[in-house]
Amino acid sequence: MSYYEEVDLDRFADIGKHRPDLFEKFMAWYQACQEDGALSRREKALIGLAVAHALQCPYCIDAFSQSCLESGSNMEQMTEAIHMASAIRGGAALIHGLQAQNSVNKVSM
Amino acid sequence: MSKALPVMQETINAPPGAVIGFDEKLAAHGMELRAAAVDTLQVNVGKLCNQTCKHCHVDAGPKRKEIMTRETVEQVIHAVRKFAIPTVDITGGAPELNPSFRYLIRESRKLGSNVIVRHNLTVMFEPGQEDLPQFFRKHAIDVVSSLPYFLEQQTDAQRGRGVFEKSIEALRRLNAVGYGVEDSNLVLNLVYNPVGAFLPPPQASIEADFKRELMNRYDIVFNHLYTITNMPINRFLDYLRRSGNEERYLRKLVEAFNPATVDGLMCRNLVSVDWTGRLYDCDFNQMLEVGVAPELPQTIADFDPERFSRRRIMTGSHCFGCTAGAGSSCGGAVAVNS
Repeated sequence: MSYYEEVDLDRFADIGKHRPDLFEKFMAWYQACQEDGALSRREKALIGLAVAHALQCPYCIDAFSQSCLESGSNMEQMTEAIHMASAIRGGAALIHGLQAQNSVNKVSM
Repeated sequence: MSKALPVMQETINAPPGAVIGFDEKLAAHGMELRAAAVDTLQVNVGKLCNQTCKHCHVDAGPKRKEIMTRETVEQVIHAVRKFAIPTVDITGGAPELNPSFRYLIRESRKLGSNVIVRHNLTVMFEPGQEDLPQFFRKHAIDVVSSLPYFLEQQTDAQRGRGVFEKSIEALRRLNAVGYGVEDSNLVLNLVYNPVGAFLPPPQASIEADFKRELMNRYDIVFNHLYTITNMPINRFLDYLRRSGNEERYLRKLVEAFNPATVDGLMCRNLVSVDWTGRLYDCDFNQMLEVGVAPELPQTIADFDPERFSRRRIMTGSHCFGCTAGAGSSCGGAVAVNS
């Protein structure tokens, strides 16, 4: 058995077996976030895909890959979104090099 | 080749007592499926096609021999004349490959019917078919053509290698005679099918993408884009099984059931005729060999729209394919996404 099972994505609602009031509040918020607004559903699905990759959540990657296709994005656009997430993660790691420099400078002559 | 869906309850392992049969689902919403009128006779003139698309619900292809004979075509024309059928919607296979195709069009137009041809674009490059744009224009046919995506990779993945390039050239030729051109009154509508096991995007949104991309990349224009859901029967069902997507796709269709689609379902306004003259509630039922209700006339020779206008529609699990999300019909989405 893997820690991550594909079928568990469809069992998300089981989280609501305990404290269903909290789960219902989460779902209402989660679904409202994805509606057309100042951003389109398609743009929001691409943001979701990018965040899913940044978080490396296999459930979210699966769900938002489907959402992207069903809101009209293609693989080229989805790949650009994934590169955005990756580039920011990479940049976030790299800029911490300044922390290392500061640390080294502090103890160096 | 797989024809029909298995019983959906077993397939998706639903919890006991779940209401997921199609008629039961309608009943749970206080609905039943009955025809509203017979505005359209949809004539499937045969399964012969120059393409072998992976999602084809007809299982059409170059090796299919089933073709409507001239005698049956005459019966269709007789019904169109006798009952002044407003619209004749001709499909296949590639209907142009039936030797009686042009005869059926000429006679239907003489009788004053609007004629729609479901034209796959590439058949224009088959021997003897090069003048199709001019023929369509001469008879003011409404052309509906499949183009699953505005990029080559996706289109060829579904419809076969080289199809995209030929389709673009065919669209240019249709545009050249006025099809899809503003104020020409020559209608060219395109059809989007998902290239895989997912639902179509919102129709207006993907239509805007197609218009922008086909203009920018190829200088091509068209009137409207119809989004049509892939029906889990025949060749597409085989794909779902081979790719391990069957259970998930069927569940998706059931979970996306949208009661707002039911009023606009195509079966409520058309009767479908197969290559032998047998009658069906839609082209999908035709492929599953589910005829019209047994109390009704079964063939075009005995057709009477009075008896069909409020008929009970024969349904099955595949009907969830037409009611998912924004719905799906021969004219695309039937409801705003909800």
